[in-house]
Amino acid sequence: MRILKKGILRILGLIVLVAGFYFTIRHHGAGVGISNASTSERSLAPDFSLPDLAGQTLDLSSYRGKVILLDFWATWCDPCREEIPQFVALQNKYGDQGLQILGVSMDDGPEPVRDFYRRFKMNYPVVMGNAQTGALYGGVLGLPIAFLIRRDGRIAAKHIGATDVSVLEKEIVSLLRS
Amino acid sequence: MILPIKSRPTTLRFVLGTSAIALASLGFAYQAGLIPASRLINPEDLVKVLQSAKNEKPLMIQVGSHVLYSQAHIPGSEYVGAASTEIGLQALRKRVGSLPRNRFIVLYCGCCPWSHCPNVKPADDAVRAMGFTNVKILYIANNFGADWVEKGYPVAKGD
Repeated sequence: MRILKKGILRILGLIVLVAGFYFTIRHHGAGVGISNASTSERSLAPDFSLPDLAGQTLDLSSYRGKVILLDFWATWCDPCREEIPQFVALQNKYGDQGLQILGVSMDDGPEPVRDFYRRFKMNYPVVMGNAQTGALYGGVLGLPIAFLIRRDGRIAAKHIGATDVSVLEKEIVSLLRS
Repeated sequence: MILPIKSRPTTLRFVLGTSAIALASLGFAYQAGLIPASRLINPEDLVKVLQSAKNEKPLMIQVGSHVLYSQAHIPGSEYVGAASTEIGLQALRKRVGSLPRNRFIVLYCGCCPWSHCPNVKPADDAVRAMGFTNVKILYIANNFGADWVEKGYPVAKGD
């Protein structure tokens, strides 16, 4: 009887675990999906000068010659938080081949972002975006949104919503090689 | 298989631990999803309400990101703060505190996919706890850009 009870407990626990992760994953990335809008592709990525978390000004144009993953995110955005460790891994893997990831935080202030940066051991620059930055990029009206920018400064792709990192990695490798 | 006696507490801890993780995941996935459909209003229906000459116009409050609000928001809507923060909730309570409890109120966010929005559920809970009986949450499936702006619905910018 005790063995049966233990077995039932284990099975129940496993069912709840699987159900919980299934529904979590099912609702993950329920964003709009990949959008390579023709108005964004091949156009020059709008330049900006924004403060990083140390208060220094960072110019997007200073990274010309690199393949850039420009990630609009916020600390309160759960899909964004899930992507960031993957971006850290990508930066580690492809940084010496010319990949530069840049985060544009759409938080209202830098304090939570600094705390997040430390806790998640982010390894790429993060600047504080604003409404004007969002408007420059066609309106950042939901997060996350990521742009891939070629070495010549032109936009290669725009991804709205959380994106499968393998898709991004494939595009990054292609851009690094071209 | 009968486990040795010293393994039984470990098994129980394992089951309890995995169950807790699973339940936490479930809660996370369904935070906004816990709002009953009867308290939701679709964008197209809200637009009809706003355009109608005879319907009571709701007090609309964006309870998400100020940066997103500044870029685009529903004309006439107000911003008080992110409802996922205590400061935002206090501001929301202060804004509606003096209103009659049958006032028509629409709360919305649009920061993220619906099931990941950290703002609408706390806002709904706070306002309902104050006794408001005519509250609707704008159902934004993906984000405000995709489900409102790109549909061509009315938009205002700035603060």
